[in-house]
Amino acid sequence: MDHIEDKDGFKRYLIHLTVNGDPHTLVVKANTILTNVLREQLDLTGTKKGCEMGNCGSCTVLLDGRPIDSCLLLAVEADGCAITTIEGVAQCDELDRLQDSFVNNAAVQCGYCSPGMILSAKALLSKNPNPTEEEVRMAIAGNLCRCTGYVNIVKAVLTAAQSSEIRE
Amino acid sequence: MQETYSAIGKSVPKIDGRVKVTGQAKYTADLKFPNMLVGKILTSPHAHAKILNIDTRAAERLPGVKAVITHKDVPDRKYGISPARFDENIFCIDKVRFVGDKVAAVAAMDEETVYQALKLIKVDYEILPAVFDPIEALAEGAPQIHEPYPRNVNTEIHQKFGDVEGAFSKAHHLRTDRFVGQRTYQCPIEPHAAISMWAGDKLTVYASTQSPHYFQYYLAREFDLPMGNVRVIKPFVGGGFGGKLEPTGLEFAGAALARITGRPVKMFYDRHEMFAHNRGRHRQIMEITTGVDREGKILGVHANFIMDGGAYTSLGIASAYYAGALLTLTYDFKNYKFDMLRVYTNLPACGAQRGHGAPQPKYAFESQLNLIAKDLGLDPIEIRLRNARKPNTITPNDFKVNSCELIACLEKARQISGWSEKKGKLPQGRGLGIAVGSFVSGAGYPIYRTNLPHSAALIKVFEDGSAATLYTGAADIGQGSDTILCQMAAEAMGFNYEKMKVVSGDTETSTHDFGAYASRQTLMSGAAVKEAGEMVKKKLLEMAGEMMKVDPTELDCKDGIIFLGNNPIITQMTFAEAAREYFVRNGPLAGRGAYTPPKLGGAFKGAAVGTSPAYSFAVQISEVEVDRETGEVNVKEVWDVHDCGTVINPSLLHAQVHGALYMGMGESVWEEVVFDPDGKILNPNLSDYRLPTALDMPQITSALVDSYESAGPWGVKEVGEGATIPTMGCYANAINDAAGVQISSLPLSYEKVWRALREKEEKP
Repeated sequence: MDHIEDKDGFKRYLIHLTVNGDPHTLVVKANTILTNVLREQLDLTGTKKGCEMGNCGSCTVLLDGRPIDSCLLLAVEADGCAITTIEGVAQCDELDRLQDSFVNNAAVQCGYCSPGMILSAKALLSKNPNPTEEEVRMAIAGNLCRCTGYVNIVKAVLTAAQSSEIRE
Repeated sequence: MQETYSAIGKSVPKIDGRVKVTGQAKYTADLKFPNMLVGKILTSPHAHAKILNIDTRAAERLPGVKAVITHKDVPDRKYGISPARFDENIFCIDKVRFVGDKVAAVAAMDEETVYQALKLIKVDYEILPAVFDPIEALAEGAPQIHEPYPRNVNTEIHQKFGDVEGAFSKAHHLRTDRFVGQRTYQCPIEPHAAISMWAGDKLTVYASTQSPHYFQYYLAREFDLPMGNVRVIKPFVGGGFGGKLEPTGLEFAGAALARITGRPVKMFYDRHEMFAHNRGRHRQIMEITTGVDREGKILGVHANFIMDGGAYTSLGIASAYYAGALLTLTYDFKNYKFDMLRVYTNLPACGAQRGHGAPQPKYAFESQLNLIAKDLGLDPIEIRLRNARKPNTITPNDFKVNSCELIACLEKARQISGWSEKKGKLPQGRGLGIAVGSFVSGAGYPIYRTNLPHSAALIKVFEDGSAATLYTGAADIGQGSDTILCQMAAEAMGFNYEKMKVVSGDTETSTHDFGAYASRQTLMSGAAVKEAGEMVKKKLLEMAGEMMKVDPTELDCKDGIIFLGNNPIITQMTFAEAAREYFVRNGPLAGRGAYTPPKLGGAFKGAAVGTSPAYSFAVQISEVEVDRETGEVNVKEVWDVHDCGTVINPSLLHAQVHGALYMGMGESVWEEVVFDPDGKILNPNLSDYRLPTALDMPQITSALVDSYESAGPWGVKEVGEGATIPTMGCYANAINDAAGVQISSLPLSYEKVWRALREKEEKP
């Protein structure tokens, strides 16, 4: 990986990320977490910070389609990967069926967990379009929500799955 | 009479739903300003220690550090919540009182530099003996935490209504039981943050707060500024649950750092620091004595409580009063005695958490009532029906209850849960529990003494009448106040919810309001909004009457259509047409409203706490399964039936019940903040402090009974906090039904259940 050194001998690495389809070339420190690159360098603040320990899931993004806690991944480890953040989920002005379903099923309260929750659900539906309620609960078990008791979130994901069946 | 509404009573999607699911919604820590610095607070590593010296020189010399401040650089005026108990300083002056007490702060060019600088601040401490238990703190010779408070007594309450001793002497059956409630933390998923900046003598603070108004008040007071020179802006807030109601220290330290550096300063807590700052639910020891007659009718109650307050008063003086005050709401009895000591300890300060003060005492009372029912051979629902409060009654501590459908809630809960079919007939290890609760719809009096209205609202119609903006100081922290207040505005104006815009939670551009606490906004902010909307409608109809050459009193407007008499089918004119003409002739079409509750409560000391224009009532029934080998408690299903008056948005209302119940469930079974012997938190993170996940939640049914509250706009009452109150007692009772053991302390952990089962086996 290409790097430069500052006057104190600390290295800065050159990484390539494709974020929501846009190619970026970025300079990061070895200890920079992916969350901070997204939030601070790319201004994609839809990716939230809640614990920075991988417990709450607020910072969930899709890394090559897999949901990950971006606070547990160093930016250098994501070099060359394709990342989807919540800002990349809607197609132009049209909300993804999951986003739509979250709004229409009162699955959003404070909204702080919503980006991570939607991305975890999106990863689930892309590999399992007809999940059971138990599978939905398992898929979002790493995303903590303090407002909803998950009742309407589970409902929103199941509704979104059904709506796509009808559409197809 | 059944009124037909066009904007309220409907499950419209939230006004901020779209921006929240797309990542557009900005929370405080998402904001960036040119030239912004990052700030952090240095906290104490000791539970109790004298500060001998603070050396900041090395930190100041670190490149990138712009300011290092201690108590010498900030006003030394003590602050707090209740003027009678102001006991906190921005930074500690002479000593620290818990692990996490605030000592100094740094502003630097980035986060990494800030953390390096914090490590370079050298504080010399002389360690003092510390005390972590309220009973030990009360003892002679215990370490004194605040000089003016002998025996560490922060708040002492003795209230007596009727003749409790007389009632006990006449009682057919008398029980005294002791319960313990644990220390929990609100754990909003968004950590606290504040960004402060100055322009000359004007201070602007963006803060994750539940009350922009109180933040503005405290900042103005602390920095000697007129309120008009302090602007507090609440961006989107990621949950509060009580923890974001009072100053966090970030706004004070940030304001001081911003003034010194002349640059915006962003301050935030990480998850550990949030736990250390705390202000969550108190640990309390609750002894309750209840006397009943032969039929199970409650004759008298004595609540004798001790609370671990932690190192400062915080909102705890209110929590202490609430703990006893709200116990009188659900059951009709005349003789009541309440004794409380809130005690300082060298632990993080406790404050207001969802259901403020009420859930743990209710757990104790509801558990005891079940034990009494068992002693008398009564069904737990039957004993509650015999004692249930009725509408238009007054509690022994002088709370006036208007609407109250507790009996209907009990009946409905019995029916939808299948109680009668299941009770006593479930397979071994399964059981049913019930508990009830009640909560205020807003506090009758503000936190600090003032005669300002509790809520105010302003509505401005767009020039062409195509939209209207509601200005409100109400704080939407996720519960959906922006949405339901726009529904209410549209209803009052005769307009459409879909055409409403909202400006809220900004002390400069919106109107005064005390904010989101005590479940107050639907009723109080709603009342102000209704008045403002009705003023718009009146002006609009006068204009329309002039244009149509009819008497405006014969006109009405609904859903954006102005019509004559009682016939909305024949359109006479649109809202937009009349509104536009109004603007052409008179300038802005606007309405304003304000709400102040009536004078409430009795004349005794502490009579104000617990007063409210209206009270919600709730019943919860749960079905649990207890694993006799492991003690594991598996909640199978929960039914909540609420009396919350008229419903503005059914979807959002049930969502509040789900969330409140979820929080109650976490506190019932898993959540507890625990400390090591030196007062350091052992579980200051979201894996060891166990919040329920999606896999832990049972089936939930949220149901309502018909109810109308005369004190609320359109008949509304609260819901957001009330559903947390019965949960702990409900689970404790279900566990007892399932396993035959009474768990007398929270949380009702698997270990406690297991130990109780073993104990029972050993002495059959």
